Amino acid sequence: MAVSESMQGRQKNGVREIPALRIGPDFFRAFCWIASVAVVALIFWVVYQIAKVAWPAMQQFGFGFLNHSAWNPVTDNYGIVPFLFGTLMSSSIAILVALPLGLAVSIFLSEDFLPLPARQVVRFVIEMLASIPSVVYGLWGIAVLIPLVKSVGKPVASHLGRFGLFAGPVFGNSMLTASLVLALMILPTIAAISRASLASVPGTMREGAYALGSTRWETIFGVIIPTALPGIVAATILALGRAMGETMAVAMLIGNSSRFSWSLFQPAGTLASLLANQFAEADGIRINALMYAALALMFLTLLVNIAGEGVLRFAQRKTAGLK
Amino acid sequence: MPSMKLKHVYLLSTALLAVVGSTASAQMTLNGAGATFPAPLYQRWFAEYNKTHPDVQVNYQAVGSGSGIKQVIQGVVNFGASDAAMTDEEIAKVANGVVMLPMTAGSIVLAYNLPGVAELKLSRDVYAGIFLGTITNWNDAAIKKDNPTANLPDLAITVAYRSDGSGTNFVFTKHLAAISADFKTKVGEGKSVSWPAGVGGKGNDGVTSLIKQTPGTIGYVEYGYAKQNSLSMASLQNKSGNFVAPGAKSGAATLASVEFPENLRIWPSDPAGAEDYPIATFTWLLLYGKYDDAKTAATLKDIVKYGVTDGQKFADELGYIPLPDKVVKLVEAKLEKVQP
Repeated sequence: MAVSESMQGRQKNGVREIPALRIGPDFFRAFCWIASVAVVALIFWVVYQIAKVAWPAMQQFGFGFLNHSAWNPVTDNYGIVPFLFGTLMSSSIAILVALPLGLAVSIFLSEDFLPLPARQVVRFVIEMLASIPSVVYGLWGIAVLIPLVKSVGKPVASHLGRFGLFAGPVFGNSMLTASLVLALMILPTIAAISRASLASVPGTMREGAYALGSTRWETIFGVIIPTALPGIVAATILALGRAMGETMAVAMLIGNSSRFSWSLFQPAGTLASLLANQFAEADGIRINALMYAALALMFLTLLVNIAGEGVLRFAQRKTAGLK
Repeated sequence: MPSMKLKHVYLLSTALLAVVGSTASAQMTLNGAGATFPAPLYQRWFAEYNKTHPDVQVNYQAVGSGSGIKQVIQGVVNFGASDAAMTDEEIAKVANGVVMLPMTAGSIVLAYNLPGVAELKLSRDVYAGIFLGTITNWNDAAIKKDNPTANLPDLAITVAYRSDGSGTNFVFTKHLAAISADFKTKVGEGKSVSWPAGVGGKGNDGVTSLIKQTPGTIGYVEYGYAKQNSLSMASLQNKSGNFVAPGAKSGAATLASVEFPENLRIWPSDPAGAEDYPIATFTWLLLYGKYDDAKTAATLKDIVKYGVTDGQKFADELGYIPLPDKVVKLVEAKLEKVQP
């Protein structure tokens, strides 16, 4: 009886009433809410935990931590200038090398220079590069890049050594070696995401450009790349983030020095490699100082993201002709 | 009806508990963590001990001396291990107290990569100078003076150091600080220091690979690693002025001359004997002064006793220096301090 009543209730005036709580949509919405709040909360939690442990060091060293260049565990005197510089330098070189290469690969793969099956193979190989563990890149760097940097570095240093950037003596485990392996590691990120955004440029844009008499060159650089720019910038930011945070391969190749040097051929250190090297055996104020360094690294990544977002907006306005 | 269901759950859980409980009482699992340097030897001991005592399972995690000490302080392990023993402040944090037992020893060698130079002698000033970055070329007059017959090349010296915090750093810098006033003021001693020259590798294997990669490199590694990787090792000048090659014999000479204090914590940072190899160190097992469970205490004591007696026969083949009898007796006496 009750059942038939409710059936009738739902069918009032021949229109199906919508029940108050719909299992599918409402639960899904709640799930989405919880998931997104959890992600945001997690980030704050991580920052809070790190900041909590870093706090004693922040009180003791203040902002001097960021412009003081000695990292001396013996006297408990800490500053991270060499590591900040190393992080920025190695990731910048990596982007400088990987961005043109990655963009070129992605253009090559999204245009019809090759028959589709061949492109699929190249694409697959590029994406496979992204799944190689970083320790393997490190080993490859030891076997291949170190001898290469040493043999190329020696003549370069002897001719251009008067410029600080190329000053000798040449070490195999150096800033340049680490930067090059980083470039290789972020190349697939840049290539894969840029390719996806280039491929999603509507075909009509291309046809329109050709219809207006553009050459292929003009179409690629005047229409397709500007349209796909948000994706390319996003790829670059993601890649930069990975380069700044990469630990294992860098620790294996950079030579882990806490001395400041402008030279590409000298050992250096990054914030991530510093943490990897020293955290396990640290005690006392050094743990706090390392956490402070971790906080600085997080902040640096945040800055890069904000800068990337800014570049992106500027580029989009420019493309839209708003300038 | 619901009460019946509850009863089922209750019965099931008690049954489960009983099963878990009975396996736990039959099988004794001990957990330890700490130094990486003695890990191969400890793991060998625990495996051998397990053969004769199948009911005792010892898990040892080679997480590093510092982490081992932390875990002992937090009370999450049954025992710890450390190359740097434990400081008095660290011991003060443990309510039950800590008994430090030297279990084995090793020497730290200066391994080098110089093609064509099979034997290298380094005097005290020279190797301190190399690691200070003041002696930078292999044809330096000071090195030539120690090695008049060697064919020393005109090649830059690349110093390879441990970039991670480690007991090896601790012992090596302690020795350098003991023999060189300059090193003591400019660099100092500790598990991590800021090296004035050279390139850093992570772990003994990291330094080993740096040495192998580049001719002209010199670095410090555990004797066992250098032996396994057949690196060339330099003879070092000791306090009495003799050049001594590293090895089990010269290491044992160093250990035999050590006078232990009451807590058994000592580093022969600059041994004086004529045959002594200058850089040798003990590595300690950290036991609590008192265990809540009598069986845990008894089993641990038995394992330690096995390690310092029968277990010492594995030391040499794995690249460690066997403990002198004098030290074994001290450890056995100290072991009695561990209360059930």
